[in-house]
Amino acid sequence: MIRLQINGQTKDLDAPDEIPLLWALRDELGMTGTKFGCGMALCGACTVQVDGTAIRSCVTPISAVAGKAISTIEGMEADPVGQVVQQAWVENNVAQCGYCQAGQIMTAVSLLKNTPMPSEEQIDQAMGGNICRCGTYPRIRSAIQQAAGQLAQRGQQ
Amino acid sequence: MSTSSRFSRRDFLQGSLAVLTLAVTAKGLVTAAWAVDDAAQKYGADSMPGGTVDDPLVFVSIAEDGTVSIVAHRAEMGTGVRTSLPMVVADEMEARWERVTVVQAEANEERYGNQNVDGSRSVRHFLMPMRRVGAAARQMLEGAAAARWSVPVSEVKAAQHEVLHVPSGRRLGYGELAADAAKQPVPQADALKLKAREDFRYIGKDQVRLVDLEAIGKGQAIYGMDMRLPGMVYAVVARPPVVGGKLRRFDASKTLAVPGVLTVVELPAMTGAPAFQPLGGVAVVARNTWAARQGRTALQIEWDDGPNANYDSSVYRQTLENAVRKAGKVVRNQGDTGQAWNAAPEGDRLAAEYYVPHLAHASMEPPVATVQIKAGMAEVWTSIQNPVAARDAVAARLKLKPENVKVNVLLLGGGFGRKSKPDFVDEAAVVAQAMPEGTPVKLVWTREDDIQHDYLHTVSVERLEAVIDSQGQVSSWLHRSAAPTIGSLFNEGAMGGQIFETAMSAINMPYRIPNVRVETAEVPAHARIGWFRSVANIPHAFAAQCFIAELAHRAGKDHRQFAHELIGPARQIDPSTMADTWNYSESPERYPYDTGRLRGVIDAACEGAGWGRKLPAGRGLGLAFCYSFLSYTAAVVEVSVDDKGAVRVVSVDMAIDCGPQIKPERIRAQLEGGAIMGLSLALSSQITFTKGRVIQSNFHDYEVLRHNVSPRVIRTHLVNDDHSLPPGGVGEPPVPPVAPALCNAIFAATGKRVRSLPVRTVA
Repeated sequence: MIRLQINGQTKDLDAPDEIPLLWALRDELGMTGTKFGCGMALCGACTVQVDGTAIRSCVTPISAVAGKAISTIEGMEADPVGQVVQQAWVENNVAQCGYCQAGQIMTAVSLLKNTPMPSEEQIDQAMGGNICRCGTYPRIRSAIQQAAGQLAQRGQQ
Repeated sequence: MSTSSRFSRRDFLQGSLAVLTLAVTAKGLVTAAWAVDDAAQKYGADSMPGGTVDDPLVFVSIAEDGTVSIVAHRAEMGTGVRTSLPMVVADEMEARWERVTVVQAEANEERYGNQNVDGSRSVRHFLMPMRRVGAAARQMLEGAAAARWSVPVSEVKAAQHEVLHVPSGRRLGYGELAADAAKQPVPQADALKLKAREDFRYIGKDQVRLVDLEAIGKGQAIYGMDMRLPGMVYAVVARPPVVGGKLRRFDASKTLAVPGVLTVVELPAMTGAPAFQPLGGVAVVARNTWAARQGRTALQIEWDDGPNANYDSSVYRQTLENAVRKAGKVVRNQGDTGQAWNAAPEGDRLAAEYYVPHLAHASMEPPVATVQIKAGMAEVWTSIQNPVAARDAVAARLKLKPENVKVNVLLLGGGFGRKSKPDFVDEAAVVAQAMPEGTPVKLVWTREDDIQHDYLHTVSVERLEAVIDSQGQVSSWLHRSAAPTIGSLFNEGAMGGQIFETAMSAINMPYRIPNVRVETAEVPAHARIGWFRSVANIPHAFAAQCFIAELAHRAGKDHRQFAHELIGPARQIDPSTMADTWNYSESPERYPYDTGRLRGVIDAACEGAGWGRKLPAGRGLGLAFCYSFLSYTAAVVEVSVDDKGAVRVVSVDMAIDCGPQIKPERIRAQLEGGAIMGLSLALSSQITFTKGRVIQSNFHDYEVLRHNVSPRVIRTHLVNDDHSLPPGGVGEPPVPPVAPALCNAIFAATGKRVRSLPVRTVA
């Protein structure tokens, strides 16, 4: 039995230590917002945050995150930065098929928490691990820049 | 053909029949004798299974509280059809969008009309039926209100979710009228009053948000991969690594010892042409996906690799190159290219060969299907472009009547043509059949499965030969194409480009050149060849559009100017005069090839990009254009190439003329995404084989464009929003011009020609 802290809630899980967090979330806990894309930390669809840092849940065994604060896309509505980013995603009509967007948002939120006003290069660097096959990159960039601006404005108030 | 008739796209069948039955009519026009049972040629949606349905009682229902439910009968894979087609209904019926609920249809073409979401057909085929649905619903609401008030219907008018009695100012909401409206007679087609364009509230405007946009951002949107049912088990399959290979023997003892693994199921081997059959192999069933994957790794399998065991991409490239250097089957001929070539001085001849490798679709959501069999019924939940193909495959597999198979259509995490094939649903049905009755089985493809067992984009060598004199006049154009055909998917051993391949930018080119010849080489397929977003337009346009740039350079002319001269003045060309008897299954009268529209997109892209402007050393602009899926596109790419040959894309200008623009913001999204997919295949993607096996396995070696190498600037230009024109496609057309525009830009920047994809670096 492993105890996980996910979006502020405690979840007890009867699963082997080595099962990746992705499959524990999706198959065992029914939290399907976090997506399977590659299984090798190559595409970023499975991105969640652990203690605020974006990680790839498809290669992270649950034993490595027991006791740590795990945030998933389902928790972003309650996150002050997450809310702003989600809204920017809507206002920029970012999604096409949308499958990768949860992972994109999780990486973007982590970026903005660590780098509130990212440069173009910093956006490239942070987002380079998240593939979008539909090709929404220009809008992702716009949405991140809009969210950064709004968060900065909010900070000044 | 017997195996294919059950599965294949009607389009495909028509195309292949047309090749066999070309006939010359009394008028001298080459026409196709299409399907033998059809006395008259059918075009567009009428040529598709299920055709179109425009019955408002099928698509619209109104609740007493005024909520209008509109059926989206086409699957959503990212183009926006789940929003745009219901939006068209809402506009015509004067429903307020915020009071509309979109209901996804299950597979049922008999009820809803054709549901096969490929070929860039959704808006093309259903714009007008959906307008008629909306107009009929509006007129029925007006009729109900007029009857309620006992006034002539001419005195009432529907607007914004209510009907107004104009003289008295009385109003009734749609909810209040719903029950009566449903009893009104459905207006006949000739009694329908479609809106005038200036009265559109949503069509051509962008205020309607995608129905799934917020749910996607919250992780709440449900894709095929997200399906869950009580008691569900998970399956992954070990498939033969070579297409046509078979299981010789396997040992599952270690697999069955993996915690969480429940059982293994042997799948039947593929026989004959691949069509939409499962490839065979062994499924591992477990309590979660992870355990199933672990169990698969533990399988000990011996394969018989079968007839494709020696497929090797470097050897096959030689086969293709040899093929285009000798005469092939003639698919278009005018004048005498041989005579023109032989008579031309050496210095007037130009020849070049172009290579495009196999490509995998690699949608972010790999194929996945959930199947449950219970009490003589099967229920399917999946993300698929062609739900009825899935229904029919499962029905055939389980020996059920199609009406006893229910296919629920969930969101697709991308499709790009891959998910028009229901092989993965069939696999799930096989496994579900082997499990205790009622067990829901979710069968998941891993990324490795997706890349190694795809229905790949073909691999091709295209050879172009032209005669161009010292004045820059092109007098002869020979295009030879060598590529395994999609026809081989349905007809074992089929070789040579089919009409629906050659008529994608090979034969149907409108240049004013007296001698034209297009040939297709007969080369065998050793992999499953399928449709990839924009299909044969990719290699054909890559070759032809690079070659035109080479000719322009030889002529010492500006590429844009040269292209205009080659295309000639604005005119409408009957596709059949270019030997194109297919024309994307559309009527040649309704959809002639319009060179004026082609010129228009070239100019829009060039002007957007500042064509002709002075650039620093190592920078260049490149142009390419294409006619595909009844739409006209052009791309201008600006590149920067450093002294090590590394290519950086600075900007892309994309222009399209697709006729009427229903949801412009989504058209722009498709142009942006098409630019990036085009750059992916131009710069980094390729699938190669050795010993019959795909070498690549995941995104580390099957590379697609990432954010950090994506151009920061993509400008989109929508040309000619004309509702008097029939709609063209949008999803596929943006892709083909991108790669040639990139390579032409590289030449402008470096003086070096790139004729082989992917580019990676410029040597």
